[in-house]
Amino acid sequence: MNVLRRAWVICAKELRVEFRTHELTLTTGFFVLLVAGMFSFAFEPSSTEARTLVPGLLWLAFLFAASLMLQFSFLREQTDDTLSALRLAASDPFAILLGKAAANGALLFGIELVFLPVFIVFYNLPLSLLSAPLLGILLAATAGLSLVGSAFSALVARSRMRELLLPLLLLPLLSPVLIAGAEATAEMFDTGSSGGRWWGIVLAFDVTYLAAAWLLADFVVQE
Amino acid sequence: MGRGQRALVAVAAIWLAWAGYAIFIVAPMERTMRELQRIFYIHAASGLVGLIAFFGSFLASVGYLASRQDRWDWLALALVEAGEVFCTVVLVTGPIWARPVWGIWWTWDARLTLTFVLWLLYAGYLMLRRLSEDAARRAMLAAVFNVFAFVDVPLVYFSIRWWRTQHPGPVIAGGPGSGLDPRMWHVFLTVWTGLLLLLLVFVLQRYRVAALEAALEEEELAPMTDRAVREQAS
Repeated sequence: MNVLRRAWVICAKELRVEFRTHELTLTTGFFVLLVAGMFSFAFEPSSTEARTLVPGLLWLAFLFAASLMLQFSFLREQTDDTLSALRLAASDPFAILLGKAAANGALLFGIELVFLPVFIVFYNLPLSLLSAPLLGILLAATAGLSLVGSAFSALVARSRMRELLLPLLLLPLLSPVLIAGAEATAEMFDTGSSGGRWWGIVLAFDVTYLAAAWLLADFVVQE
Repeated sequence: MGRGQRALVAVAAIWLAWAGYAIFIVAPMERTMRELQRIFYIHAASGLVGLIAFFGSFLASVGYLASRQDRWDWLALALVEAGEVFCTVVLVTGPIWARPVWGIWWTWDARLTLTFVLWLLYAGYLMLRRLSEDAARRAMLAAVFNVFAFVDVPLVYFSIRWWRTQHPGPVIAGGPGSGLDPRMWHVFLTVWTGLLLLLLVFVLQRYRVAALEAALEEEELAPMTDRAVREQAS
């Protein structure tokens, strides 16, 4: 079996576990909904103000939600003591990491797809904002952040205060994604452009961390 | 502390005293910013020293991952801690200078933001170490995180450079019209050398303490293993 096939098996297993319980998607989705609501309570933006604020809010909400959700990826293997079995079965740490990241990315992207319209409704934005470039850059950013987040989830799985530690480590690292994503979205809102050069940052982030994960997977996924 | 290290501390102390004299007495008065400009010597030199420390810690972490020898881990830790100190100096002296010159304490300009993000990343590194218990695992986690954090630096840099830039352009190796008065150059190099010596003192000390901590950790674990062995035997 090559790496991709193994990764796919892991990914399918992760998704199966999630579809049986819906634990991660429900709680993370609820969190995004909360942020969308609480932000409105705090700032009460008019619909013109919302147009300038929502790009940032959207990305912030998704990034925070991701940093909360991703820690359970390896924590589950840790508490159930199943990581050794997983390593034996897949026999390639990079495949485990890739599979987990793919599953997490798919779940996160699903949550983003569900809650994008909620932001549009709450902040009275035109439906035309749901464009292909916006979904594309969300998908590209989600891929990168779920890869890094899954790797960090494995790193902190045995630390004390890991629930707090993961966001603290992950969010500063994601700052280029936040800047690029929010700026691209703002450009899309303002001029209807496709995000232009900000794509470069997001794709560079994906490629950099794919390479780093491939090189360091052996150290990251440890029993 | 060995005799060599003591001598180094003495040299660093004398050099830094001289650097202080150079900043306030030798350096010429800048035309528009007057006395305020003198903070530049500490600010910019600390920034350069901090960057060197972080880059060195990245290399040390790569060294650890390649060799799995503890001394690389101790070196990486020492460099991150010292680098974090210099980075803090940059973040504190910057606003002190910016308030009278720019009229604002802080702006989310490329270099300020990059320095702030660097500070956060390496604070994360130190927290990760503090919260990981097993020594061998901690060294590995820290090294992996350090590599992940360091490859982020160019991404952060380009994303914020496109975002906005207000910081004075490179004074030292910038384009035409940039450059320092030769006397200012000498002062800057004096301060920079002094701070590099200080970095060396910090790193050697922290490295020594890290080695002692590791020895202590082993010492504390040893009686437990003895007991476990006895229990198994009986």
